[in-house]
Amino acid sequence: MSFEQYKDVWVFVESFQGQPKNVGLELLGQGRKLAEGLKQQLCAVVIGKEVEASIQAANEAGADKIYVVQGDEYAHYSADGYGHVFLALCEKYHPNTILVGATVNGRDLGSKIAVSLHTGLTADCTALSVDEETGNVVWERPAFGGNLYAQILCSETRPQMGTVRPGAFKKPAPDPDNKAEVIREEIHTDKIRTQVLEFIKACDEGGIPVGEADVVVSGGRGMKNGDNFALLQKLADLLGGAVGCSRAAVDSGWMPQSRQVGQTGTTVSPKIYIACGISGAVQHVAGMSESKTIVAINKDASAPIFEVADYCLVGDLFEIVPAIVKELEARKQA
Amino acid sequence: MNIAVCMKQVPDTTEIKIDPVKNTLIRTGVPSIMNPFDRNALEAALQMKDTYGGSVTVISMGPPQAKAVLREALSMGADKAYLVTDRAFGGSDTYATSYILSCTLKHLGPFDVVFGGKQAIDGDTGQTAPSIAEHLGLTRLTYVLDLKVENGKVIARRQVEEGVEVIEAELPVLCTFMKESNKPRYATIKGKLDSFKAEIADVTLADMADIVDTTKIGLKGSPTKVKATFTPQRTANGVTIEGDPNTQAASLIDQMTAAKIL
Amino acid sequence: MSLLYTDEQKELIALVRDMAENEIKPYVQEADEKGECPRELFDWGFKMGLHMLEIPEKFGGTGLSYETTAMLFEELAKVDAGYAITFVTTFVALRNVILAGTPEQGQYFADIIRKGNFAGFALTEPNAGSDPAGIRGTAVLDGDEYVLNATKTFITNGALSSVYVGFFKTDPAAGHRGISAFIIDRDTPGLSVGAHENKMGLRLSNTTDLIFENVRVPKDRMLGAEGSGFKLALNALNLSRAFVATLAVGIMQRALDESVKYAKERKQFNTPIIKFQMVQAMLADMAIKVEASRCLVNNTMRMMDQGSLVQKEGSITKTFVTDCAQEVTSNAVQIFGGYGYSREYPVEKLMRDVKVFQIFEGTNQIQRMTIANVLDKEYK
Repeated sequence: MSFEQYKDVWVFVESFQGQPKNVGLELLGQGRKLAEGLKQQLCAVVIGKEVEASIQAANEAGADKIYVVQGDEYAHYSADGYGHVFLALCEKYHPNTILVGATVNGRDLGSKIAVSLHTGLTADCTALSVDEETGNVVWERPAFGGNLYAQILCSETRPQMGTVRPGAFKKPAPDPDNKAEVIREEIHTDKIRTQVLEFIKACDEGGIPVGEADVVVSGGRGMKNGDNFALLQKLADLLGGAVGCSRAAVDSGWMPQSRQVGQTGTTVSPKIYIACGISGAVQHVAGMSESKTIVAINKDASAPIFEVADYCLVGDLFEIVPAIVKELEARKQA
Repeated sequence: MNIAVCMKQVPDTTEIKIDPVKNTLIRTGVPSIMNPFDRNALEAALQMKDTYGGSVTVISMGPPQAKAVLREALSMGADKAYLVTDRAFGGSDTYATSYILSCTLKHLGPFDVVFGGKQAIDGDTGQTAPSIAEHLGLTRLTYVLDLKVENGKVIARRQVEEGVEVIEAELPVLCTFMKESNKPRYATIKGKLDSFKAEIADVTLADMADIVDTTKIGLKGSPTKVKATFTPQRTANGVTIEGDPNTQAASLIDQMTAAKIL
Repeated sequence: MSLLYTDEQKELIALVRDMAENEIKPYVQEADEKGECPRELFDWGFKMGLHMLEIPEKFGGTGLSYETTAMLFEELAKVDAGYAITFVTTFVALRNVILAGTPEQGQYFADIIRKGNFAGFALTEPNAGSDPAGIRGTAVLDGDEYVLNATKTFITNGALSSVYVGFFKTDPAAGHRGISAFIIDRDTPGLSVGAHENKMGLRLSNTTDLIFENVRVPKDRMLGAEGSGFKLALNALNLSRAFVATLAVGIMQRALDESVKYAKERKQFNTPIIKFQMVQAMLADMAIKVEASRCLVNNTMRMMDQGSLVQKEGSITKTFVTDCAQEVTSNAVQIFGGYGYSREYPVEKLMRDVKVFQIFEGTNQIQRMTIANVLDKEYK
């Protein structure tokens, strides 16, 4: 098959218990740009037992077409089940480009499809563009803990594939007037070798997940202990945001991994990111540098975090943060 | 239980610095270590051996100096170690690497379980282990917290974003592990001494000539190519807010309000 | 570091450091305050094999040289010397049973230790410290058993041990030639652990009295010939002196490390204090003493590896090194100034820990007597 026969940009809209995850919608936003660059269509792939919410969200996120495969066997993700569906769809429609969210299951599915189709997959991309001359997607991704970025091409095989971290791109504003063509395919399998016996929902720690907050107040090694994070929670509450942390805080056992921002944690791009007592190791910066406004508070004036910050406050966070809290409270009262 | 663990020698990325003048990665003097998540995979394998008996084989693809991580694995309690090494394997991307490792597992196996880390801290792709599973047609369970074997079936707890899945699958399986999975043991002094003397065999292309499709290995067999690399540019252009803490706080809020950020 | 380490030694040292830094160090301050080290912390050492490092492989040990063993214990002592000495005391006891006892006795003792148990050495009595020949404890043969009676004091690992090497007079009239040594199981009726010593330092090391009241042990628990106990005790002390010197090197290296780090951070008159000549001289003198001490210990270890009893060299080493360590740790407190005197900072503990090194295993005054006696003989 020639390259020209591979058409369209596909986005896997992953869902959990029938609800679409943000990352799929974020990828539809970014996928639109690739589709324009390639002059092709943008398609969503929805798989599950309950699919309507995801179909609607994919439509509002701007898909031209939505491929839907529904079945009881797809209630839970499985590499065997979802892989089977995806490969059957690929065989029938020959996509040019496939984008998958770099979630736990997305990474699993991505490798399954890429190996089966003998094609390349670029993992954990943070930026995507199209080389219009060759039709290759330029996949950009960090390596070495964010110390190095690489541009990767998949120039000799199709489809070209990549996974993208949740939070790397903005979710497009919903367009309820979009009219995607919904294509339902009957694809079933009884060859799923894994069985979910039980699902234990993560206990709600309270508070907004760090990846979804508009404001993130993060603490690092400078917080000195776990209890001091209460101070950041206060500030986060005032701003309607979430508390995050650096790897140092997780390694010291002060904060759970779920709150970690950075290359090995969650990538965030909130409106405001306030880094308190965080030196700004590349691996942390790789996970938050896309934030709209960055405020850094650190004792050490030479801390690298100040190189990415918009507002730099050199000083003791244990004095400055309470002062900000006091000031914000005073202005709220007024 | 015949257990294989795939591991990678990686630079300690927390020690990597950027040359401020040339803006390139300073890699000299950066220590090479066992990929931390592979250490968790090894611990899971050793625990499995402790519980069910059997043998743990560790495999790493890389240059001769990667034997250091294999030796370390032996000192922790692994039984056999193989270095997968050949000039023809150089330049492999995750597709080719996982293909070569899958051939090695076929060559050395069969194994009841194959373990690996959830990702390597240098490449951070998290693709190699599940891709190995696909090449071998194995059932894969990624992000495993712990697992047990009952009547030839594996019951694993798997960490996903929303919580923990309890999954059952028939052997053989490939599993990946992470930091939360366990606390890796230390080597014993005796284990270290034995490992100094241990033989680590090479597995080369010639050893696997009958099963390796040479169009799928090395730079040529890799569907992805690196077009360019660069280090992230940082240009400090933020506003420094000075004064005592109260002044700093008030000034910050004033400026952010004026810029319509707040 | 002043020694020429092999790559393998470097790896072993790194392994011990890694474990001690991650698993022991975080709990040292609390254990020091309580005067007790939790068993879980010792389990890390047992798992790694620290209790059998220099014990020959046929007894289930690792068969390391004294030289390499010392390097590992220096590393451990940087984190806590009390923790380290608990293991040192155990293998010194075992080593002496292997040297002085029958193969069966060696195997019996080794089997107990190998399973993860400690051992102790019961020699000192309230009125017999520097003069061990003056012990009053007795062993009286009654049929096939010896009946032991004594009150032993300052017994390292007193409450932790599963088995002891004890020293008793089989002939009270015969002075040091009347002393015999026995292997005694902890659970032997009549043996009880007395008061726990609330010490100034080395508080992770357990020190208690041991009370023997008509403790009956089979005849075949006697180590070596009747009346050979004193010689056995001296040999044991030669070995333990070399190893306590190793621990003192670890303590002073830690004192130096902490002092240099602090002197670089601490600013007075807008200048890091390491830039002041007075402080520089102190740090340099500390470094000189640490390096010299380590070399001395290393040489003694290598002599022991070649079978030397190091009677004189062990005394010289122990005396020089522990005197240096006393000075180095005291100066570390001085460099930290007021903070050095605070328990919030790590150096006052080092000073407390090291003081006993000038006292135990023969006071440094007794060591000087020994050295002079040997000199007297050498120059005949």
